[in-house]
Amino acid sequence: MRDVAVVGIGMIDFGELWEKSLRTMWAEAALAALTDAGVDSVDMVTIGCMSPGLFAGQEHLASLLADELGMAGVPAARVESACASGGLALRMAFAEVAGGLSDTVLVTGVEKMTDVDGADATFALGTAADQEWEGFHGITFPGLYAMLAQVHMQRHGTTSEQLAAVAVKNHANGLLNPHAQYHLKVSVEDVLASTMVADPLHLLDCSPVTDGAAALVITTVERARELGSERPMVKITGSGLATDTMALANRNDLSQLDGVRLAAERAYAMAGRKPEELHVVEVHDCFTIAEIMTTEAIGLFDPGFGASAVDKGLTSLHGKIPVNPSGGLKSKGHPVGATGVAQVAEIATQLWGEAGQRQVEGATIGLAQNMGGSGGSSTVHILEVAS
Amino acid sequence: MISPARSWREFPQRYRLEAARCEGCEKVLYPPRVVCPDCGGCTFETTPLPREGKVVTFTVVRVPPAGYTEQSPLPIALVELTNGVKVMMQVGDLADPEELEIGMPVRLEFRRVAWDGEAGLIFYGHKAVKG
Amino acid sequence: MSVGIVGYGAFIPRRRIKLEEIAKVWGADAPSYRKGLQLHEKSVPGADEDTVTMSVEATRNALARSGGVDPEEIGALYVGSESHPYAVKPSGTIVAEAIGATPALHIADLEFACKAGTEGLFLAQALVKAGEVKYAVGIGADTSQGAPGDALEYSAAAGAAAFIFGNDEDRILAEVVDTYSWTTDTPDFWRREYMHYPRHGSRFTGEPAYFRTTMSSARGIMEKAGLEPGEFAHAIFHQPNGKFPMRVGKKLGFTQEQLETGWLSPWLGNTYSGASPIGFTAVLDIAQPEDLVLLTSFGSGAGSDSFVFRVKERIEVARDRAAKTREQLDENQIYVDYGTYAKLRGKIRMAE
Repeated sequence: MRDVAVVGIGMIDFGELWEKSLRTMWAEAALAALTDAGVDSVDMVTIGCMSPGLFAGQEHLASLLADELGMAGVPAARVESACASGGLALRMAFAEVAGGLSDTVLVTGVEKMTDVDGADATFALGTAADQEWEGFHGITFPGLYAMLAQVHMQRHGTTSEQLAAVAVKNHANGLLNPHAQYHLKVSVEDVLASTMVADPLHLLDCSPVTDGAAALVITTVERARELGSERPMVKITGSGLATDTMALANRNDLSQLDGVRLAAERAYAMAGRKPEELHVVEVHDCFTIAEIMTTEAIGLFDPGFGASAVDKGLTSLHGKIPVNPSGGLKSKGHPVGATGVAQVAEIATQLWGEAGQRQVEGATIGLAQNMGGSGGSSTVHILEVAS
Repeated sequence: MISPARSWREFPQRYRLEAARCEGCEKVLYPPRVVCPDCGGCTFETTPLPREGKVVTFTVVRVPPAGYTEQSPLPIALVELTNGVKVMMQVGDLADPEELEIGMPVRLEFRRVAWDGEAGLIFYGHKAVKG
Repeated sequence: MSVGIVGYGAFIPRRRIKLEEIAKVWGADAPSYRKGLQLHEKSVPGADEDTVTMSVEATRNALARSGGVDPEEIGALYVGSESHPYAVKPSGTIVAEAIGATPALHIADLEFACKAGTEGLFLAQALVKAGEVKYAVGIGADTSQGAPGDALEYSAAAGAAAFIFGNDEDRILAEVVDTYSWTTDTPDFWRREYMHYPRHGSRFTGEPAYFRTTMSSARGIMEKAGLEPGEFAHAIFHQPNGKFPMRVGKKLGFTQEQLETGWLSPWLGNTYSGASPIGFTAVLDIAQPEDLVLLTSFGSGAGSDSFVFRVKERIEVARDRAAKTREQLDENQIYVDYGTYAKLRGKIRMAE
C-alpha cells in the first residue's frame, strides 16, 4: 500500500441554506478543497451522499457534480452508507490512492436536507433503519438512539444530565467554529427543558437537519511533497470500515456499538496505534448518547465510563482527550452525507495547527469516526503528522 | 406509504407472526431469511412466534412519522419473546407512557399499526400490551 | 347429530368514557340518562382498534377455548358488523388470514344493523348442520358510531364476540337446540352510504321496532321449541342501552336473575353487532352444564334472530382457557376525557 496524505480541505458554512442548491454547495466545497490543495485536476472524485433522491429529487450525482466543476470525463462515484456516506467516500478514495489506481482524489460529501418538510426529512432519514421490520412500527432515528440510551442508562447508570453535558460541551466548541450551524451556548438545564423528542432524548440531545458540503483532496506522499505546502505533512495512517446488524432486534448487546468497535480496531491495527495515543477525536454525535457510546466503542473509555468522562471534562477542548472540537454534529450541524468528510477536515485542520480558537495544542495524532443508521455501518480514520 | 404489494408480501409475518426455524441449528429467525446467520443453513420450517415476552428497551416517540401521527405519543419497545426472539413493536393501551419499563411483561395483540390517511390501506400487525 | 359451539371468545377494548363526561359537553342532564337509559359508561376503541382487530382477538380466544380446533379446518367465517373498516374490501379475509384459516374456506362480511353478528352465528351453525363444513365461525363486532350530542353517543361502544361451531360431540360447549328469526321492514334506524353517523326514529325505535320485534322473535322460538321462560337459566337480549333488554326480558316473563349475567350494556354500552353475542359470552363464562340459554338479537330495519342453547359439561374446562368477558369489562380500564374520545372516534376535522 502507498502512503496517503491529506493536502487540502474545503468547508462551507453549514446551516439552513435556502439560497443554495445541492450542486452549488458541493461545488463551493469542492473548489475550496482544490484551491486549498493547490491542484487543478484530480484522477477521481468520490461523493458521499445519503439520499439525494428523497431529499432533493436528484440521483446520478457522479455525472451531475463532476460536470458541475467542469470535470466531465473524470472517474466519479457516489457512495452511500446512510450517515456514514462521507466516511465511506474517504475510505473508497483512500483505497484508490493506497492501491495505486489513482494518485489524487477529490473526496466530497454533501446533503441538501431542507428542500423537504420535516415529515419527509424524517422519512428519508428513517430509510437508514430497516424499513420493513423497524420502520413499519413508526420508529424514528431519535427513537432508535433513545432505545440504546435506555439500555445504557439502565446498565451503567448514565443520566439525562450526563447526556445533556455532551450537548453543552459540543455547543461550547461550536461557538468557536465559524462553519457551525449553531452558535449557541446551552446549559444542562436548557437541554433538559427542551421538548422531549423520544424519551429520554430531548430536542437539544439531537443533531439538527442541515444543508452542507465538505471536501478533501488526498494524494500520495510523493505528490504531496511536490505540491510544496508549508503545512506539516498529514497522512491517513489507518482506515477501518465495518458493519453491524441493521436491526436493533438482532444485536446481542444494546449497550455498545460493535460495528464502531470493529471499525476502530481495524483502523488502529493499520496505523499501529492505540486509543491512548490520540490527541484529538471527532465522533458521530448524531445524538448525545451516540457520543458516549462511540467514545467507548473506539476505546477512549471502558464500557460505561463514556458518560462520566464528559462530566469530568475529559473530553472538553482542554481536557485529556478533546472530543468533537468542531462542535460535532450537534452544533456544527449534520448534513448527513457531508458529515464524515467534514470530520476529517476538522482533524486535518487540527493537525495542521490551523483550528484557531478551538485548536488542540500540540495535536499530531487524530481520529475521525463516522457511522450510519443506528450503528449498522461505521468508518474510522486515523490521521497523523508525518514525523 | 407502504404499497399494496409490499403489505401483502408481509402478511404472514404481520398477521400470523410466522418465523422460520433453521433445520440446521434450530435458530428461530424473524423475519425469515434466505440464509441462517448462525450456521449458514438454507432450509427452514415455518413456526409462529409466541405471543408473550418482556420489554428489553423502549422509547416514546413524540414526533412520529407520517402515518403514525394520530397515535402520538407512540410508545415503542424491543420485546424479547419467550423463545428468545426479539421484535420491535408499538406498545398499545398504556394509560400513561411512563408505565413503560425495561423488564415489563407484555403480550401481543392484533392491532392497526399504521394507515395511509383516510382513503388508503390500513396496515395491521401486532402490538405489545401489558401482560 | 348435534351441532354446537366448540369455542367462544370476546374482546372488549380497555378504554372507557363515563356518561357524565359526554353529558357535560352537550349540556345534557347526566342523572336522567343514568336513570332513564341505565347507562353509566361505555367502551371506546383505541386508534389502533377496529372491527377487524377485535374480531381477530375474539376469535383467538375462541380458538384457545376450542381445545385444539385446527384453523385450517374452519370452512366458513362470517364477520357481522356495521363498522367494517373498509367500505369495499372485506374484514373477514383479514380475520381469516390472521387466524390461519385461509385459503380453503367461505368468507362473508355481513351487515344488518345490530343483528349482523347473530346472522353470522345463524349461517355458521346452519352450514355445520348441513354437513357443508367441519367448523364455521360467526363473529359480531362493531366500533359503533353515534352523532356528537345525539342520544346514541351515550351508548355507541366497541367490542366483539366470536363463536366456532362444530359437530364433534366431545368438543361441544353449548349445543344449538333451536333457532328462529322474525323480520319485517321497520325503519327505526338507518345510515345512508357515505354518511358518518346513523339517524333514528327517536321514540319509534322503541315500541314498534325493538320491543315488537324482539318479543315476537323470543316468543316465536319458545313456542317452536316448546319452552317457557322459567325453564331457562339465562336470557340475553340486544342491548341498545341498559333499560331496554331488562324491560323486554321482564315483559316476556324472565326474572332479574335470569337476565343480569348477560346484561353488560350499563357498563359496556351498545356494541351493536357485538351486543347480545358479547352478553352471551359472559353467560358462557359462568353457565352450568345442562343450563338452557336464550339469545335474542335485534337489528334495526328490523329483525331479530333467536337461539336456544343447551350448555354442555365441557364448558367447565374450556372457559378458563381465555380471558373472561367480565374480567375484560371490569378490569384494567383506561378512562378517557371527551377530547380524547372525540379524537379516537374521528370526530375532529383534521387538515387535509
